[in-house]
Amino acid sequence: MFGYYFDLARRSLIRSPILTAMMVLAIGLGIGASMTMLTVLHVMSGDPIPEHSGQLYYPHLDARPLSSKDDKNAPDPSANLSWIDASNLLRAHQGDRQAAMAGGSVLVRPAQTSLRPFFETGHYITADFFPMFDVPFRTGGGWTQVQDEQHERVVVLNGDLARKLFGDTSATGKIVRLQDTDFRVIGVLNDWYPQPAFYGDTSGHAFGKTDEFFLPLTTAMDLKFDSNGNMSCWGSGGDQRTSGECTWLQFWVSLDGPTKVHAYQQFLEDYWRQQQAHGRFARPVDAKLYGLLAWLDHMQLVPGDVRLQLWLALGFLAVCMVNIVGLLLAKFLRRSGEVSVRRALGARRRDIFLQFGVESAVIGVAGGLLGLGIAQLGLWSVRHRPDDYAHLAQMDVSMLLGTLVLAIVASVLAGLLPAWRACRITPALQLKTQ
Amino acid sequence: MQLRPILSSLTRHKLTAFLLILQVTFTCAIVCNVMFMIATRTSQMRLPSGIAENELAMIDSVDIDATENPLVRHEQDLVALRGIAGVKSAVVVDALPLNRDNWTNGITTVPDADTHVGASAYNGTPGELQTLGLHLIEGRDFQADEYIAEDVPHGYKGIDTVPVTIVTRALAEQLFPGQSALGKDIYASGTHPTRVVGVVDHMLRPALRDPATNEYAMLFPMKPDDSEVTYVMRTAPHDRERVLKEASAVLVRLNGNRILKSPQTFTQVRDSYFHRDQTMVGLLLVAGLGLLFVTALGIAGLANFWVQQRRRQIGVRRALGATRSDILRYFQTENFLIVSGGIVLGMALAFALNLTLMKFYELPRLPLYYLPIGALALWLLGQLAVLGPALRAAAVPPVVATRSV
Repeated sequence: MFGYYFDLARRSLIRSPILTAMMVLAIGLGIGASMTMLTVLHVMSGDPIPEHSGQLYYPHLDARPLSSKDDKNAPDPSANLSWIDASNLLRAHQGDRQAAMAGGSVLVRPAQTSLRPFFETGHYITADFFPMFDVPFRTGGGWTQVQDEQHERVVVLNGDLARKLFGDTSATGKIVRLQDTDFRVIGVLNDWYPQPAFYGDTSGHAFGKTDEFFLPLTTAMDLKFDSNGNMSCWGSGGDQRTSGECTWLQFWVSLDGPTKVHAYQQFLEDYWRQQQAHGRFARPVDAKLYGLLAWLDHMQLVPGDVRLQLWLALGFLAVCMVNIVGLLLAKFLRRSGEVSVRRALGARRRDIFLQFGVESAVIGVAGGLLGLGIAQLGLWSVRHRPDDYAHLAQMDVSMLLGTLVLAIVASVLAGLLPAWRACRITPALQLKTQ
Repeated sequence: MQLRPILSSLTRHKLTAFLLILQVTFTCAIVCNVMFMIATRTSQMRLPSGIAENELAMIDSVDIDATENPLVRHEQDLVALRGIAGVKSAVVVDALPLNRDNWTNGITTVPDADTHVGASAYNGTPGELQTLGLHLIEGRDFQADEYIAEDVPHGYKGIDTVPVTIVTRALAEQLFPGQSALGKDIYASGTHPTRVVGVVDHMLRPALRDPATNEYAMLFPMKPDDSEVTYVMRTAPHDRERVLKEASAVLVRLNGNRILKSPQTFTQVRDSYFHRDQTMVGLLLVAGLGLLFVTALGIAGLANFWVQQRRRQIGVRRALGATRSDILRYFQTENFLIVSGGIVLGMALAFALNLTLMKFYELPRLPLYYLPIGALALWLLGQLAVLGPALRAAAVPPVVATRSV
């Protein structure tokens, strides 16, 4: 039966090629625009570390005084921790693993004269970082808490920087000069660039190759290395890095199972009260513990412009759909004579409905294929934007299939009303007027 | 023209007419907002920066050796840069309009006040006003003995001792409404007064946020001594590229112990600042035109269908004495009615959409004059789209009435 309906659809579509082309074009444009933006959104809100995101949590404390107001134009100061609070949480050791960190930029001075000194971005972290995020090493490994405490001059390089400095030879054990200090390379990562770089200060750059080196936070504090994330202060005086009134550190904790999560939440609330007793944390207790994906959602990594573009594309699709409903309705009702003949010959309403449903789906498949092409064109143009997420704009298999499914669903939906109207045509009346 | 027969014919095609109205409604609402967003972004992209935009070329330089006295080296560098053919003047600055390197200070008119006005500080060596091409409308430029060092290694000590400042007109009016700011004191930090000695008419901040505060900026006679500074050269527009190349060579020759970053003209600075807005304007334009195109397709398609459906009826009317232009006008009026219905609903939806956008994307309120513009555009579009089918209808000969199908 489907074969027959398919053949009918084909004949009908070929009979009015301009109308068919219009409908395919409309659905192709709508689907193409929507899928471009859905793909961008999809890749930007993906899970950067699928195997472990379930156990990773971000504690949210707000040490600001009541007088500090929220500024919608500036990054949220309470998204980060001060050195005092980060150290306290580290020392309390209430999670399975925990690490404090901050991004930074340092001057790399290559030993060979062929390379000029250059600035490189990386992260200052504590020992648990590597095992907690299951960071893949090509050679060597991370460091221990003891080495953290001794402020050791050690560094782990990411793939690109290791290759740039040492070529194909193993970098582990070599010396690299950062700012004015020699560091010993103790490990090289296997090109670890999670997208987004979820662990850092995502209010700045979250996508792209953000980190080429990792060194102990304590060492960076020692050597007064610059941090490049958002540093928000509300007090004045003293060293901002060690102050309890400047937030600039990110903190992650891994917790296995709901009991531990609950216990940690309890611990954070107790900590808040305890700090209040010491005259800090003026605000009412409101400790939060975000799961990784919830945290990324909270940090709104998708820029407002991208979301606006998505809504624009969906609005465009909606107009295209209304357009197609109208055109299909006209097309189907024009064939009232054919319908009434078929009905008079014994076709049930269901058959008519199915026949027109198949015709709508055929348009949907054609429109979907066109939309796929348009979406590829759209993604190509997104990749040429100078934004850090641009390189991610690629379709994976699920989005490819999603495009076709969306196109077929959209066109069948658009065909529902016209097909329903067509199948309600009464046989006798139509025959009479002929 | 009688509306009666048109309306009664439309009631026989309720669903189709409704779909057309719905489509025009959506299109009208979206296109009005899209036009408004395009206008908002373009007006921001065109904001005058207050400086001689097409005569400036600049290079960032980062010191990688902390041993030297930066102020002395900057002097030597500037002498060399001024020696390049075509360079009219050169200064060292720490920030420029639209270069994103923003240092905001809370400013008050009385010491230790609670409320502050956030204003961006610009520091530079003598001659900054003239090199950037800033337009002084009141007061005077800084004098040589007023300049001090930023003293970045000790946490911007300069801000506590800087004696005088030049502010923008926008900041002067905000701080001292209705009076001249000249000779008044402002406080950038603690209780140290800084006297206003001059007012420039325009100068944008390094980073734009709120349209009302885009020009809250002030200049300090402080010589930059951070490890990263910007050399700005003023030159004829056609010399900029050559000057940049020579300047890079000159700076490296004088001292190789630095990293030169982003040699560029101010035109490039502006382009890169607004690149995203440029992309967005392009997308909005494509989306708006795409919507109008699809809507035109829909109107033309349905009109075409109606004309075919009513061939016999048209023939009968022609046979009974209707002229070609009667038929033409019939379809045009029908389209006008449908589009008008869509426009009325579309205007309401446009406002609802604008309210949502205001809430989530900090867009201003949609000005009323966008509605007649949008309406006019859709009426025109509708008439153009229906013209083809209507002409075909007018061409139906009266003899059709006598033929059986």
